[in-house]
Amino acid sequence: MLHPDTSTIELSKDELERYSRHLILPEVGLEGQKKLKAASVLCVGTGGLGAPLTMYLAAAGVGRIGLVDFDVVDASNLQRQIIHGTSWIGKPKLDSAADRLAEINPHLQIDRYPVRLSSENALDICRDYDLIIDGTDNFPTRYLVNDACVLLGKPNVYGSIFRFEGQATVFHYEDGPCYRCLYPEPPPPGLVPSCAEGGVLGILPGIIGVIQATEAVKIILGIGTTLKGRLMLYDALNMKFRELKLRKNPECPVCGNHPTVTSLIDYEEFCGIPQARAEEEAAQAAVGEITATDLKRLLDHSADVVVIDVRNPDEYAAARIPGTKLIPLSEIERGPGVEQVRTLVNGSDLVVHCRSGMRSAKALQILQQAGISGKNLKGGIHAWSDEVDPSVPKV
Amino acid sequence: MSVKVLIPSPLRRYAGNLESLELEGQSVGEVLNDLTGRYSDLKKHLYSEDGKLRNFVNVYVNDEDIRDLQQQQTSVQPTDVISIVPSIAGGY
Repeated sequence: MLHPDTSTIELSKDELERYSRHLILPEVGLEGQKKLKAASVLCVGTGGLGAPLTMYLAAAGVGRIGLVDFDVVDASNLQRQIIHGTSWIGKPKLDSAADRLAEINPHLQIDRYPVRLSSENALDICRDYDLIIDGTDNFPTRYLVNDACVLLGKPNVYGSIFRFEGQATVFHYEDGPCYRCLYPEPPPPGLVPSCAEGGVLGILPGIIGVIQATEAVKIILGIGTTLKGRLMLYDALNMKFRELKLRKNPECPVCGNHPTVTSLIDYEEFCGIPQARAEEEAAQAAVGEITATDLKRLLDHSADVVVIDVRNPDEYAAARIPGTKLIPLSEIERGPGVEQVRTLVNGSDLVVHCRSGMRSAKALQILQQAGISGKNLKGGIHAWSDEVDPSVPKV
Repeated sequence: MSVKVLIPSPLRRYAGNLESLELEGQSVGEVLNDLTGRYSDLKKHLYSEDGKLRNFVNVYVNDEDIRDLQQQQTSVQPTDVISIVPSIAGGY
């Protein structure tokens, strides 16, 4: 329980009318509604999870909502980030989100932090809030949010999603386990695809984000049984909810009996990001590159170029560079794709592309080991759309 | 003795795209050994090079984390369900 100080909180006539369905719930009532107004919640990220959950928290009357985001609204966000609208494409998400929340409920204070949460600013930003909600999308920030919450003694309402599945729990609440108790270490970069690479059902973050909002409201009101000590798993395809027991690890380096992490660390380093980035750059440098403009010139002046697209069939069906052949990276990794490429190339020049150049670099590495050399289209089909043919959708 | 093992979606592509399998073994370790024996690509996703279960892949017998039981020595019954739950980070 948070025990927010409600002694100085008043609700106006407008507010009493707005919250009437809460006021008649005995579990909320006038005192509960005052607790909500007295409470402050920080949401890190206004994306898939942050969008629905902050909208509900605003509607519920949480008095102060802090938003951390440095991104701008992209068309590809709108399939799930329902706080943002079409007219906001290209503008800061923070402004879009704050505008929408103020429209839902003008009786709130909305704090904007147009920054990337980092080890340098996290404690200062989080310190001023009763609870923190993790709506981020990467391992370094998730460990950062966790450690900041443990160091400051704040509950961390957690949710994460992958394609059709989600996880949610409440970390570091009333001496409960933290994120590091659940997963002491992150996977190496690249092992688990991100939503941008792996896709995500647009509705999924709605379900998980609203579970996070529910937990936040329960903690503020001090009612019900929270997800503390329980990891909830949701499977949208089979419409199944399951829960697993989650226990505090006495050996946990941040919340255990003898903590070794007593200040924020370098989370990029902890997650192996700099090393992975260096390896990736080395891999990209090891294969030759060609720009989209140069590829267009080459195609216009030579019939002897084979362009292979290594994205998946659905991406190819949605948008392609004319004249390219599809051989998905998975086929090249499995082996048969290598021989298909060999047959197609047959002495011609080879250019390989994907969405933005990562998968094609990987494909070229495998092809080079099999004695097939070629060039990587720098920036992938997105660069082709930017530089050569804007009619090609950037999917 | 066969036990049901649930495969999480990030790992399904290394396990014949199956959501669940019936596998043989008296303990969690034996069952997982049967799994990686059938799907060798899964091995590097579940185990580190020194043969330990990776820290970002949790294994549960029913709803209990095997770290709170007897790790891979945890014995299993035919009615038990083993879940593999990897860390995911998406949310944006």
